[in-house]
Amino acid sequence: MDAYREIILLLASTLRVATPLVLAAFAGMFSERSGVIDLGLEGKMLAAAFASAAVAATTGSAWLGLGAGIGAATFLALLIAFACVTYRGNQVVAAMAINIMVAGLAPALALAWYDLGGQTPQLDGPGQRFLGIAWPWSQAAMRHPVPGLAYAELLSGHNLIVYFAAALVPASAWLLYKTRFGLRLRAVGENPLAVDTAGITVNLLRYQTSIISGVLCGVAGTYISTAASAGFVRDMTAGKGYLALAALIFGKWRPYPTMAACLLFAFADAGASRLQGVSLPGIGVVPVQLILALPYILTVFLLAGFVGEATPPKSIGVPYSKEK
Amino acid sequence: MTPAAKLPKWAEFGLLPLLNLCAALLLSGLIVRLIGESPWSALKLLVSGAVGTQDSIGYTCFYATDFVFTGLAVAVANHAGLFNIGGDGQAYIGGLGVGLVCLAIGSWSPWIVVPLAILAGCVFGALWAFIPGWLQAKRGSHIVITTIMANFIASALMTYLLVNVLIKPGQQSPESREFGPGAVMPAVHEVLAHFGIKFAASPFNMASLLALVACVLVWLFIWRTKWGYALRVVGQNPQAAVYAGISPERTILVAMILSGALAGCLGVNELMGSEHRILLDFPGGAGFVGIAVALMGRNNPIGILAASLLFGALYQGGSQLAFDMPHVNRDMVVLIQGFVILFCGALENVFRAPLAALLRPRKAA
Amino acid sequence: MATESPALELRGIDKRFGSVHANRAVSLVVPKGSIHGLIGENGAGKSTLMNIVYGFHQADSGAILVNGKPVEITRPRDSIGAGIGMVHQHFMLVERFTVLENVVLGAEGGPLLAKGLAEARAGLEKLGRDYGLEVPLDVEAGQLPVGMQQRVEILKALHHNAEILILDEPTAVLTPTEADQLFRMLDLLRKQGKTVLLVTHKLREIMAITDRVTVMRQGAVVHETATADSSPQKLAEQMVGRAVSLRVEKGPCKPGDVLLEVKGLEVKDKFGVARVKGATFELRAGEIVGIAGVSGNGQSELLEAISAIRQPSAGSILLGGRDLAGKALGPREARQLGIAHVPEDRLRMGVVSSFSAEDNAILGYHAQPEFNRGGLLDRKAIRSHCEAKMASFDVRPPNPRLRITSFSGGNQQKVVLAREIDCNPSVLLVGQPTRGVDIGAIEFIHKRLVELRDAGKAILVVSVELEEIMGLADRILVMAGGEIVGELAGSEATEEKIGLLMAGVRSDAKG
Repeated sequence: MDAYREIILLLASTLRVATPLVLAAFAGMFSERSGVIDLGLEGKMLAAAFASAAVAATTGSAWLGLGAGIGAATFLALLIAFACVTYRGNQVVAAMAINIMVAGLAPALALAWYDLGGQTPQLDGPGQRFLGIAWPWSQAAMRHPVPGLAYAELLSGHNLIVYFAAALVPASAWLLYKTRFGLRLRAVGENPLAVDTAGITVNLLRYQTSIISGVLCGVAGTYISTAASAGFVRDMTAGKGYLALAALIFGKWRPYPTMAACLLFAFADAGASRLQGVSLPGIGVVPVQLILALPYILTVFLLAGFVGEATPPKSIGVPYSKEK
Repeated sequence: MTPAAKLPKWAEFGLLPLLNLCAALLLSGLIVRLIGESPWSALKLLVSGAVGTQDSIGYTCFYATDFVFTGLAVAVANHAGLFNIGGDGQAYIGGLGVGLVCLAIGSWSPWIVVPLAILAGCVFGALWAFIPGWLQAKRGSHIVITTIMANFIASALMTYLLVNVLIKPGQQSPESREFGPGAVMPAVHEVLAHFGIKFAASPFNMASLLALVACVLVWLFIWRTKWGYALRVVGQNPQAAVYAGISPERTILVAMILSGALAGCLGVNELMGSEHRILLDFPGGAGFVGIAVALMGRNNPIGILAASLLFGALYQGGSQLAFDMPHVNRDMVVLIQGFVILFCGALENVFRAPLAALLRPRKAA
Repeated sequence: MATESPALELRGIDKRFGSVHANRAVSLVVPKGSIHGLIGENGAGKSTLMNIVYGFHQADSGAILVNGKPVEITRPRDSIGAGIGMVHQHFMLVERFTVLENVVLGAEGGPLLAKGLAEARAGLEKLGRDYGLEVPLDVEAGQLPVGMQQRVEILKALHHNAEILILDEPTAVLTPTEADQLFRMLDLLRKQGKTVLLVTHKLREIMAITDRVTVMRQGAVVHETATADSSPQKLAEQMVGRAVSLRVEKGPCKPGDVLLEVKGLEVKDKFGVARVKGATFELRAGEIVGIAGVSGNGQSELLEAISAIRQPSAGSILLGGRDLAGKALGPREARQLGIAHVPEDRLRMGVVSSFSAEDNAILGYHAQPEFNRGGLLDRKAIRSHCEAKMASFDVRPPNPRLRITSFSGGNQQKVVLAREIDCNPSVLLVGQPTRGVDIGAIEFIHKRLVELRDAGKAILVVSVELEEIMGLADRILVMAGGEIVGELAGSEATEEKIGLLMAGVRSDAKG
């Protein structure tokens, strides 16, 4: 029974770790399928994490924090779009610039405003964080071990953003494959010239997907600082943006496989902390660093074509210009 | 409307980067203002902190040395059309090579240890860059993504090694034991003292000479050898390279190996010149500064040298600034670095087109 | 007729790109229900004009009228809204999309796809029946042969309710038979009241199908006439601006020893599809052999196999009796053995656009001892080499340090040709010798090739311009579907004979 409980708790923590990954990976999916490399996920999330924590701490409202997080990330997304779509700058360079800028700016502002060595104040007041929502009867259900525990720990008890991320997956798939917007978005990532000659404004579409990416990164960042923890600390996204990108590649830029990759990576992450020093039968002690590096190693293997093949959208990374 | 407006050389290498830098500093000044400090006194503190005293000049040069290595690494790959974001990881693993040699034979004569350690740094760094290079050349894997992944893998690997293998017995923090006496890069102030010149003590060491040599060699290689020619052809037009009998695959490998070897030299400066042991995260993001430096220096070793000194000054001045202004810390320097990448790289065209338009009529008149 | 406004009218369209005056006060009237031809050389300004009509570029001055009403076209959407549809020379298809998805793109009929797709399917099936434009709707566009892709483009325009159809060089990728099929289709469209503007540089097409024709030269309209009142010779003179001799001046050919022998050569692309099938021919000293064919029928692959850029999958390439195939030789070794190659797409392969002329003049020869000294490149030798070449090939301006893209197409081509014949090769491969080259340089290049022939070189010329092939070649090989389907002596070749050969095998192959 203890093992069962362990597994349920592991899966529940997988869901919690996967949430920002799913949000960021889907943010990346929208911009990358429209042809813009989204290496800036990390920076956009970090900015949102800071902005939401700062606003939540100041106003006492997690919802205002969420708004600020979305605002900050969307602003950066628009900045990248301005540089790369309007001025056809290098997308990788722009994203790296944003990531580095935010890594400096967020703790600099935090230090100046709160004098806590680059952190925001602890979010411990009522309504300052997104907390888990217990579903009806979950307390009672706990007593029925097999389905009850799963209901109480796995389905119930997460915060709103986790459920939002779960709903995002089918919603994105629908948007991408069943709507006019999705058709155009996919087309622009493959052949922007064809889209332009069909009378659709390429840059407008790319701005739209940038905004979507910004909003989703904003939610992801907010989750990291005001739901998963209680406040902003330096570099708290800790490479999740790149991990999400890896998941996106691993999922071959498709919604459900990307979600699966996020869950897999999150499972590795959630498992790693539990495996610390534990000797597995037949394998021995697995270094925790190996498990943490596993998503990156897997992605490299995938990109190398050793496990399937990942074909990116055809026009990705190429700024659109009518004169070739 | 023209894709990339062409500028005269002095504007391309002088005026434009200067304008980019001014924009970056201006925006940073605005941020300083925003947090309630005076941008002007911040700038004064920054400058005096960077070049005000002999030891601050020493520190500036010490940091600049790191950036020359990583900047050259980015530039060499760039000339072959590759965006190597993995400078940090390559420097990290390169440093492992340096450190292993220093730990193993650190008590031998420096005349043996130093060359071997440099060689090991180059080989280890090159190896770490070779993997994404090989994947790009043979399997077409996007080098930007694979080098990012390699950074994380390097970081995990080094953490594992330092925590479990290299850690000095009986110690809590994950650091190796100290190198032997032969594994020390002589400090510049010591060398100068040898010639009777007094200079304040700082970690500024002879690795800087290695960086200068690297600048010259890279310049010669890129612009004055047939291999450099081939590398540039591959970077500009891979199909023309195939036509010309240049193998893009081999050239990509050569570029990445060189790139990684250059990044790997960082350990010579950081570990042999200053820390004298292997410790966690010693590259400290220098690989990313290399991107800014290469962009600002236009992938040209002379430009990279200048940009490295500038960033060295920013880093040194920044720590001084953090010391004197309670509300400002070194994160501000990271911010400026981000701004420089933004303006020199991503928003380059915003400045370039008006500048080209401005310079054209004057030329005609 | 007098009361009805023309379907499309252009008034005084003017456009400059920097110092280039691409369109000079161009006026054009296309009556409704007619097929109008727009003809001119490469660089005459046709494409710019069409891009203005389609909203890709904006004119500096001038007006566009559709059905007598002025319309403002600043982007493709305006043009589509005005009932103009364009079939671009390079197809604008999303290869990973199905035909149906490609056709509805931009005209989806509402925010949700399901309804629009169903309606489009029904509409397309009807269009297919009405115009003989049947295409499989659920196949990925990238999987279709080019002729089919062109149909998809036409269907796309019709689905977007185009009344005026502009076709830009539509036959560049078609065999004469397929071109005739296209023309029948266009005729049908004309009968239904649609208006067609056919942009081309091929006289045959103008004569075959158009009602009226407009000739452009150096950005301006120089001539307009009813097609019936004109002749190919007259139109050609208008295009070039003086009486042209379509023949290249040359003496009789004196073939010598066989220098290059190609036997049963097969070349596969990266997908494993054979692009060259069993090519067998020989090349003698002192002759020019021309390869005629519609582009994309294996000529590029053939040249690239002989110059060792591609590895053949079967067959042999004998140079002076030595087999080069299957030896894993590279282009560098092929050069050393005396095979020089002027590639068909200069900017894609022949030069590095960001390099100076002098650096381009050593491309492929950069490792040779005369350009290297003590392990470093010898800049002085490289410069004087380029200066010498520029002088002997009359390259203007004669400045080796200038970026190659600052030179005109003709001067770029001269630099490439000079480079390739510099080390005295025995075999010279030339792809599209005069693509994107002005008339003056064309004559110069043709003269040089004939001189090289007379000096005993073996020259293989690939060109999609039949006139050029017939003018230059002593012997003509016709390629279709990757095979050499026939051979003609240069003196007895006519456009008809070559056309029949090109078509013959194609229709056989399709059954």
